[in-house]
Amino acid sequence: MITIGQDSKPDDKAKELQNEFFCEALPKEVAPINNKIVQKFYNWAQANSMWVLAFGTGCGAIEMRPLYTARYDISRFGMAPRPTPRQSSLFIISGYASVKTLKRIVRSYEQMQNPKFVMGLGSCTINGGMYFDSYNTINRLDQYLPVDVYVAGCMPRPESLIAGFKKMKEIIKEGRAEGANKYARDFQWYKENQKKVIKDWNMPDYNW
Amino acid sequence: MKDMIERLASKFNIKDINEHKSNQVFFTAEKIDIEGVILYLKEFEKYDQLTMISCVDYIEDGKFQLTYLLRNYDLNNDACIRVYIDRENPTMTSINELWAAARVYERELKEMFGIDFPGCPRVDDPFVLEGWDTIPPMRKDFDTKKYSEETYFPREGRTKKDPTEQMAEKMYPVEEEVKKSITKVFRDNSK
Repeated sequence: MITIGQDSKPDDKAKELQNEFFCEALPKEVAPINNKIVQKFYNWAQANSMWVLAFGTGCGAIEMRPLYTARYDISRFGMAPRPTPRQSSLFIISGYASVKTLKRIVRSYEQMQNPKFVMGLGSCTINGGMYFDSYNTINRLDQYLPVDVYVAGCMPRPESLIAGFKKMKEIIKEGRAEGANKYARDFQWYKENQKKVIKDWNMPDYNW
Repeated sequence: MKDMIERLASKFNIKDINEHKSNQVFFTAEKIDIEGVILYLKEFEKYDQLTMISCVDYIEDGKFQLTYLLRNYDLNNDACIRVYIDRENPTMTSINELWAAARVYERELKEMFGIDFPGCPRVDDPFVLEGWDTIPPMRKDFDTKKYSEETYFPREGRTKKDPTEQMAEKMYPVEEEVKKSITKVFRDNSK
């Protein structure tokens, strides 16, 4: 078994095994298609099938339960919670993100496949919110991940989340949701910021 | 409750006994005795639940105060044991043999205050703060705001307003002005 811990030093054999699981290749930018009509069709399809990664990072996760269930019912908008990053296209960072969670967030985000979008929920992702002076929660999410839409509030109700989804759809339909390309372009800058905060970095740089 | 304290006092050196409620008592025990006191309370007085272990940093005295909260369900009683340990190289006896739940608290205390519990399993592993490299964050001499500003890229333009002044300015500016002028008149006359 491979042990990836802070103290344990994986030997060469374990490292080789690790390389079989992880990919060293860096993310690439995806250029838009030349045919405008096809590109528009793609955007329309992406906007109407946003699948949410069911990953609750903070207290905002509590607002996502009524969203999925009968009362607010986001399946009306063609959205559904998905259990794995491979199947989802929208990542909602719901509320504060501690450093330990940020490590998992980065990893989940990198495992998502294009097209992928990020939505920051609550004041904590914008400027730290009520945790602005905390030793363990990040202040600005856009330093670590490319954020397409912020929903302000502490906590935002499901109605404001639905308004955020509407905004998100508009952005995608206009072809302005270029978060994944931005991440690929400024990859080094994002990695630098992530590594400044996550001090026990014991995973490959890009590992999907 | 009082019988229990009397029986305990006849066996161990305890002081500063104060009962905040009829079913809750706080007392201070010696650091050497702590294992005996807890074992006695658990085995003979049926205080068989460890509710929590908490810590207070008395930086001016150079001490940490550990508080062990034990509960007796039959009598509906709480016994809270205070222990003072030195702030320099703090070490404490581990009670993980008595309650497995103590391991979590001891790991947390090790991480947040830097108190060492020799013999507690996995006490050195990171719990919440992975890869922490400065002094433990719950100590009084750790400046959390400064650390946050240095590390987590604060967004510029964050301002703080006093709610009283903000409301006075936005909602009733005339009344506020009158109030200020009246106080000014009073101040001038009193001189």
